[in-house]
Amino acid sequence: MERRIAICAVAQSKVLRSNTTQRVQGMGWEIVESLLQQTGLDFAEEGGIGTAISVSDDVYDARTISDNAMSDVLGAHFRCEEKVAQDGAQAVYYAVAAILSGHTDLVLLVGHCKESQAASRNQVTHLSFDPFYTRPLGLDGLTAAALQAQAYLARSDVTEQHLAQVVVRARALAQRNPTMPETEPVTAEQVQRSPLLADPLRSLHCHPVSDAAVGLVLASAERARALTQTPVWITGVGNCMGGFYLGERDLGSSPTLATALGRALRRAGIAQAAGAFDLLELSDPYAHQLPLWVESLGLCPAGHGGAWIADGGPDRQQVNLSGGTLAGCPLLLGGLFRVAEATLQLKGEAGAHQAPNARSALAHGVMGPAGQLHSVVLLARD
Amino acid sequence: MGNRNRNVGIVGVGQTVYSSHREDVSQPELCNEAVQAALRDAGLGIDDVDCVVHGNMELFELVHQPDCWHTLGTGAYGKEALRVTTGGTTGATLACVADNLVASGLHEVVLAVGFEKLGEGHTTGGITNMADPLWGRKLQTGALSGAAAQEMIAEFGAERAERVSMLYRILMDQHAMRNPHAHRRLGLRFEQLEELRRTSPVLVGDLRMIHMCSQSDGACAVIFASEERIRKLGRSAAWVRDHITVHREETFTLFGDEPIETTQRYAARKLFARNGIRDPRREIDVFEMYDPSSWWGVEWLRDFLLLAADEHLRMVEQREIAIDGSFPVNPSGGVIASNPIGATALVRVAEAANQVRKAAGQHQVPRHVRQAMASGFGGTFWTVLMLLTEEPPS
Repeated sequence: MERRIAICAVAQSKVLRSNTTQRVQGMGWEIVESLLQQTGLDFAEEGGIGTAISVSDDVYDARTISDNAMSDVLGAHFRCEEKVAQDGAQAVYYAVAAILSGHTDLVLLVGHCKESQAASRNQVTHLSFDPFYTRPLGLDGLTAAALQAQAYLARSDVTEQHLAQVVVRARALAQRNPTMPETEPVTAEQVQRSPLLADPLRSLHCHPVSDAAVGLVLASAERARALTQTPVWITGVGNCMGGFYLGERDLGSSPTLATALGRALRRAGIAQAAGAFDLLELSDPYAHQLPLWVESLGLCPAGHGGAWIADGGPDRQQVNLSGGTLAGCPLLLGGLFRVAEATLQLKGEAGAHQAPNARSALAHGVMGPAGQLHSVVLLARD
Repeated sequence: MGNRNRNVGIVGVGQTVYSSHREDVSQPELCNEAVQAALRDAGLGIDDVDCVVHGNMELFELVHQPDCWHTLGTGAYGKEALRVTTGGTTGATLACVADNLVASGLHEVVLAVGFEKLGEGHTTGGITNMADPLWGRKLQTGALSGAAAQEMIAEFGAERAERVSMLYRILMDQHAMRNPHAHRRLGLRFEQLEELRRTSPVLVGDLRMIHMCSQSDGACAVIFASEERIRKLGRSAAWVRDHITVHREETFTLFGDEPIETTQRYAARKLFARNGIRDPRREIDVFEMYDPSSWWGVEWLRDFLLLAADEHLRMVEQREIAIDGSFPVNPSGGVIASNPIGATALVRVAEAANQVRKAAGQHQVPRHVRQAMASGFGGTFWTVLMLLTEEPPS
């Protein structure tokens, strides 16, 4: 990228199983208030925030033009607001482009999702399949992930014990993350005895239904100096759209993620991923996806995700110190929470789950059945 | 826009035929028709495209994250991809986002694809669903509003207001008759004006069916490329000079009955000021306006062109907005003729670009187009405006 873009402030709501006391507007406003307070910004016509990017989903919100509810919450009364209707990491990608284009030098980015409002999360993701060939099969986000888990477990050395280890670790880490007050720790035995939802995935292998909001303030390098003492720089972004039909994909690996990473690395001027990042925040809504994505990123040998887990790879490479999407996060906001968490780590503001001396990070978002679209954001501090 | 990182131009436009039911094609196939046409128009192949930006309103067809499925038709496979949606303005937002993506230096060629298959859903039901579930949803009229008609009648009297609105409608239909992509080509004649005032069925208040836009199936694809790439291609382009997006609070009543400036007027005022446009009627050669009804079409002329008193009515009465008039508006026939909602505002940009590129065929305006403007309308009176020019911005 020609210039680096700064993340100047981060705000996360608590991730709750069912937020029954706030509408999405209230959740969003808490985020906006925090970001304004941190940066001292306002919505003045000259010099204030003039561009907002929102992340939400019409189907989850059961509302056509879901951003219509958020426009004034984001200060976009007589200002610009644009909604990215994909994983939140994609909104970061677009915010970077909007600032690099010169059209704006400051972006307020806020995402919200209340998965609890849907009678069934699977009913929502079922609607992403085409009505002719795949929807009649009953496919949804869960069953697509289960087919992927079947393929990956057959291909790799990953076993059900490894999957249980991933879940136990994620939920143990979440105990140190104040945004996840409702995530309970579990034992491996509890994971392996939890109800089988879609073979081989059990309920504890899947991210819990979650309500949350999260936001960032992004700015050009020139603008950032006045907004924060500790800017975190976006050095590279990249994404890739994979094929739609599951049968056309090799589900046991993700060349789509590898391509997205390659694009981000190229833009950041980084030759290879290995050794380039002090920590990783990966979107892992299903337990098997953590080692699968790490393999696809080339950060552990292909087919050896099981050994990587058993040998303490996740701790050594500081993967998802926040607990990750698996510990609790709406799928839509997975990538945005990952960027937020990586940013807090690089700012040194991650509290009880702070990594020592973290200077660079990779954050990742995913969307679509079994990870059709991957989005990678590379971050660094001064 | 003073700080534009680099110039971006539109080099390809593709549109499907717009109709009430494109039952011959699936959603990805419909997208693909537009994409193929845009690539042919630009002289490019899909491998030349770096990134695909997709948009529509998913509750109309009830497909969740439809860009995943539509990848089969948009050609996004293996590319970078983005999905943005802002209601009726979605298409205009697609254009702004595509411009930003190329101007940023991240991409050389970006393909914007707007889509809708309203025949597979319930349009008014879908739009009604945008209202706040606690405060607004019981209205049940969606985008059908008689408010603009009521206000114009209150200000100028029923006789004049109704005649102007119907004249606007007939002019737009005469434009649509020249556009082979247009959905509703009714062949209306000026002699029918009085009869239509009486006989067209009433929808809401003084809004009659003939005044209102269609609900259409269709897709539109527009290719944006960097100046460097366009020079290499050696093709003509419509250059993006600037764009502005103006939203507003959703309830309409937050400020009581105090009249506030419309987003249309605010957006135009800001855009003209920062681009040194003092006399928009002279400096802009053609305007593709998102006109959801012939009442709004007339009313917004006043806002977009910063007019006072009854100047906007006179522009219509004197047929200045006709394709061969002094300020042609919607030579394509506009939204009243064709309205695949997620594509509609992108069609405005596409048609404005075609006018600049002298590629509008039978509805090319008979004048030299140096600068064109396109508008988008959506949400609760949100506005997007884009300026396109024959010469790249300096």
